[in-house]
Amino acid sequence: MLFGKNGRKDDLIVRGARVVDPGEGIDALLDVIVDQGVISRLESPDSSRLENAHRVVDGQGLVLAPAFVDPHVHLRTPGREDEETIASGTAAAAAGGYCAILAMPNTEPVVDSAVVLGSLAETAQAEAEVPVGFLAAITRNQGGAELTEMAELASAGAAAFTDDGQPVVAPGLMRRALQYSAVTGRRLSLHCEEPTLSRSGQMHEGGVSAELGFAGYPSVAESLMVERDLALAAYEGQPLHLLHLSARESVEALSRAQVARVAATGEVTPHHLCLTDEAVRSLDPNVKMNPPLRTEEDRQALIAGLRDGTIGAVATDHAPHARHEKEVPFEAAPFGVTGLETAFSALYTHLVEPGLLKLETLLERMSAGPARVYGLDAPSVAVGAPANLVLLDLKASRRVAESDFRSRSANSWLLGETVKGQVRLTVAAGRVAFES
Amino acid sequence: MAEIRVMREDLLPPKEPPRRHLISIGDLRREDVERLLGTARNFERSLERELKKLPTLRGKTVVNLFYESSTRTSSSFELAAKRLSADTMSIKSAGSSVDKGESLKDTALTLGAYDPDVIVIRHPQIGAPQLVARHTGAHIVNAGDGKHQHPTQALLDLYTISEELGRIEGLHVAIVGDVLHSRVARSNIQALTLMGARVTLVGPPPLIPRGVEAMGCEVSYEIDAIKAADVVYVLRMQQERMAEGANFVPSLREYTARWGVTPQRLRPGQKVMHPGPMNRGVEIDPVVADAADALIEQQVRSGLVVRMAVLYDLLTHGPAGVQAAALHEIGAA
Repeated sequence: MLFGKNGRKDDLIVRGARVVDPGEGIDALLDVIVDQGVISRLESPDSSRLENAHRVVDGQGLVLAPAFVDPHVHLRTPGREDEETIASGTAAAAAGGYCAILAMPNTEPVVDSAVVLGSLAETAQAEAEVPVGFLAAITRNQGGAELTEMAELASAGAAAFTDDGQPVVAPGLMRRALQYSAVTGRRLSLHCEEPTLSRSGQMHEGGVSAELGFAGYPSVAESLMVERDLALAAYEGQPLHLLHLSARESVEALSRAQVARVAATGEVTPHHLCLTDEAVRSLDPNVKMNPPLRTEEDRQALIAGLRDGTIGAVATDHAPHARHEKEVPFEAAPFGVTGLETAFSALYTHLVEPGLLKLETLLERMSAGPARVYGLDAPSVAVGAPANLVLLDLKASRRVAESDFRSRSANSWLLGETVKGQVRLTVAAGRVAFES
Repeated sequence: MAEIRVMREDLLPPKEPPRRHLISIGDLRREDVERLLGTARNFERSLERELKKLPTLRGKTVVNLFYESSTRTSSSFELAAKRLSADTMSIKSAGSSVDKGESLKDTALTLGAYDPDVIVIRHPQIGAPQLVARHTGAHIVNAGDGKHQHPTQALLDLYTISEELGRIEGLHVAIVGDVLHSRVARSNIQALTLMGARVTLVGPPPLIPRGVEAMGCEVSYEIDAIKAADVVYVLRMQQERMAEGANFVPSLREYTARWGVTPQRLRPGQKVMHPGPMNRGVEIDPVVADAADALIEQQVRSGLVVRMAVLYDLLTHGPAGVQAAALHEIGAA
C-alpha cells in the first residue's frame, strides 16, 4: 500500500535524546540504536557501546519520537508537476518529519484507474524520499456519476477511496460506494460539502464575511453533509473517514456517531487548529482554503476533539499552488495552502506552547493516529520495529521563509512568522531521509 | 547625573512617512474623516471662483485603472485630478492588455514603471487594491473592489449629509435594499457609525448578510422601518450580481412591491440618497428620485470635491500638525 525507494537501510545511533512514544508508553532519556534500518536496541545513555559502522547523532536536549504520517497530501502529479512532484513532495515531507504520506487522487488525469495508479507507484519507487500511498477516486474522473473499479484499484494498491476536492453529491451514489467498499477492504474518505450551500463561497459565513463582502461558505454546508454521510455509514454498517473537518457542528456529529458505534474517524488540519476567519481580514490568498477558516468557537471545538480523540489525526491537506496563481486578488485565488514542512512547528507553537494540547497528544495524532485510520503500521520506538523516527528541537525557532521550502510551492500561511520546534532528523523506513 | 547617549537612529536621516492608501473606511479614524471633509469644503469654495483649476498637484501623475464599467466614479476622479493640475491617464480593461489575459500583478508592474503618484483602481475582485499596492510605489485609492469597499462613495455621502443636514452625529440613516452585494453599503455602515450616526439596514432577509450586526448596525426586514430615519439611503438592485436561480428574491416585481421606496412609504422632510445608477421603478419610485428631498445630484457634485480632497490628502500628507500615518499602510508582503 506504501510505495518508496527500496535499497539503502542505515545504521545509526541517536544518543541521549528524550524519547517520547505515547503508544509504547515511553518518555525517557535513551540511546536508540538502528541496525540495517531496524531499531535493534534501546539503552540508557552512555551505557551503549559505540559501534564503528554506526553514525552517531547527538540527541542531547532533543526529543526523539515516532515519525509523522500525513494522511492528506496533494502531490499534483500527474498534471501539475510545476507545483509538486513525487520527489519534491516527499522531500518536503521528510523535512517536516514525516515517514509516510498519503496522496489524494484529484490530479490531471484523476487517479481512477489501475493504470494511472500503477504509474504513480512506479515513480514513487524510483524517486520518493519517504514512502507514499495513493488514494483512488470514488467516482470516475471524480465526476460524481459512476463508481470507479474499486476492487481492481484496491488490488493495484489504492490506500483508500476519495473524491477529495469534491463531495459525492448524490446520496444514492454515496450509499452504493459505501456498500461496495466492503469488498475492497478500504475505507471511503469524504470531503463533506453541500454544494448548493457553499456555492461561490470564499470564506466562512459570519460577521467577518459580512463586513468584507465575501460570499459566505456556512458551517452548515459541511455539517449537513457530515450528518448525511454518517447516517449512511450507520445504515450500511461501513466505516468512513471525514476529511479536513472545520466546523464545531461536524465534530459534534462525529462524536455522536462514534458513541453510536459507527466506525467513523476524522482529521483536522494545522491551519484550522491555528487560525480563524479573522485571518482573512488580511486578504492574503494564503489563508484561502476549502473548507474555510471558521470562528474561534469552531477552532476550540476542533482542538477539544483532537485532545479527546474524537478527531484522531492531524492532516496537512498540503495543497501546493503555483506562485502566479496565488498572486492575484483573494477572490481569484485557488483554495489551499502548503503544510508538510510547517505542520509540527505550527502546532507546537500555536497549541503545545500555550498549553492547549500536550506534546504527547500532538505526537500521537500526527503519527499513530493517522496510521490507524488507514490501517498502516503505526511508527513506534520499539525493538524490532522499522526505524521511523523524527528528532525534534523544541527550543529552536526560525522565521518561515519562502527560500527554505523543499516543496515546489511556497503558498504557506506561515510565511514571515517565527515558529518554534524544528525537525533535525527524519528516518523513514530505515533510511535517513532528512537532516539539518 | 545625566548621561548623553546618541543612538544610532539619531544619526540617520528621518524616515519617510509610510506610504498611505485609501482602501477601506475601516482604516480611517474619525479625525481623518473630519480632515478630509474639511478639505473638501475648502475645495468647494475654491470651485466657486472663475478659474477652477488649482496648481496644487502640478507635476503629479494620477492613473485611473478601471476594470469595471463606471461613469460617475471614473469621470469624477479624472476631473478631480485635473482640477488640481495633476496629469491623468485612464485605463479601462476593455481594449487594454487585460483583454489579452495580462494578470493584475503584471499590469501593476507595467504602470508602476511610469512612477505614478496615485493609482485609482476599480476591480471586480476583493483584494485587488492591496495587490496593486504591493507591486507599485504609488498611493492607492480604492474606487470599488468587488463587494468589499467603495470608500470615496461613503466619504462623499458623509459630505452630502453634513452639508444638507448640518451634522452626521446622532442622525438615523436607513440603508434599503441589496446590502449583501453592496460595497457602498459596507463602506457607508462603517463611515456612518464611525461618525456617530445610527444605521438601520432594511431589506429581504436573503439580501442582508448574516452576522452584519457585528458592524454596529440594526436590521429590519420591514420597509416601514425607514419611516423613523432622517435619511433613507436606497441601494441599487444589483441584478448583474444575481446568479441565475440564486433566488435571493422571487422576482423584481415582488421586491418592488415589498421594499421599493415610494412616496407613500416616506414621511415629509426625509432625505433620500442613492449611489447610482438607479433602476427607476425597481428600488426607487421615479417620483421619489425627482423630489426636492432627493440628494442624488448633490451626491454627484460632492464626489468631485471629496475626491479632490482625497488626492490632495494622500499626496501632501495632510495639513501640518495632523498625524501623517492616518490612512491605511501596507507592508511589503
